[in-house]
Amino acid sequence: MSLIVECRDLTKCYTNGRPAVANLNLTLESGRIIGLLGPNGSGKTTLIKMINGLLIPTSGEVLIEGQKPGTQSKAIISYLPERTYLEAQRTVEDIINFFDDFYEDFRPERAYDMIASLGIEKNARLKTLSKGTKEKIQLILVMSRDARLFILDEPIAGVDPAARDYIIRTIISNYNPDASVLICTHLISDVENILDDVIFLRSGNVVLRAGVDEIREKVGKTVDQYFREVFAC
Amino acid sequence: MAWEMKTDRPIYIQIVERLKMRIVSGEYPPGSKIPSVRDLAAEAGVNPNTMQKALGDLEREGLLHTQRTNGKTVTEDEQLIGKMLDSIAVEETEIYLTKLEGLGMDAGDGVNLVQRVAGSKSKYDTGEL
Repeated sequence: MSLIVECRDLTKCYTNGRPAVANLNLTLESGRIIGLLGPNGSGKTTLIKMINGLLIPTSGEVLIEGQKPGTQSKAIISYLPERTYLEAQRTVEDIINFFDDFYEDFRPERAYDMIASLGIEKNARLKTLSKGTKEKIQLILVMSRDARLFILDEPIAGVDPAARDYIIRTIISNYNPDASVLICTHLISDVENILDDVIFLRSGNVVLRAGVDEIREKVGKTVDQYFREVFAC
Repeated sequence: MAWEMKTDRPIYIQIVERLKMRIVSGEYPPGSKIPSVRDLAAEAGVNPNTMQKALGDLEREGLLHTQRTNGKTVTEDEQLIGKMLDSIAVEETEIYLTKLEGLGMDAGDGVNLVQRVAGSKSKYDTGEL
């Protein structure tokens, strides 16, 4: 097990008010599936964007395998943002080629296998596909890389329960003990069975880091129930 | 479809129970090879590390063996499997007796009930009714 991400006193302030992420310390090791959980506005997406080098920290630092985010970290992190950035005019095949050009660790055969198992036409243009199908394609692209860290921001929001099952199976069957998966979601009960650990964020800080079975054993509650208790409004 | 998990108990313990049922019921016969960790994890909808932990438990109990190159197989020790079956049956019976107690009944009432219900069930089975 090796260290993939390390955050040291990480802080991000936007122009007004309190920091979105405040003096956060966190490490992520390889071989784990980790849930990043927290109420709206707790700093989940801000944290993820700093790890991906899309936001610059106000102070403190984030290190990816010991290096600041940059070209190298992007080569080893596979990121599923909350919103799609794929061009609607393009075909599925176009986009697979695009990813293949872009990422050295992209495995097109894996993507084609998954596309075929879902019965998606590779000549179909994205704009002709349903929202759920587009989300599945986006996830397939992200999971078809041999990345060291997968960061999935809300991978199952907005798809039906059967599609959720498919997405969760996809995450499990692409699991690799050298890599880690960080899943950020509100739909805790749907994902908690596949998580090793959970991180609870509140007001930009870690309030709990624990194993899923540890929570069940100690508190006698599911992570979903425990979350509702900790963050009761 | 993922395995249904009861809410409040550790997931790996529930997986151990499921897999034991498969072994004692003969779904995984003695000496047979069981699916890979990854396949089982995908089927159950659980984390592969959790599945690995559950399989480790079964291995410590002697129900599974690791073949160096060939994954995991079910033990050929049918006596051990028989013992496991017996202990599961005893556990289930204890649960039943506790429920009867809640209804103000005792083991004797339970025996009568089992005979009565099992009797009427076999009538259904043979289509007599």
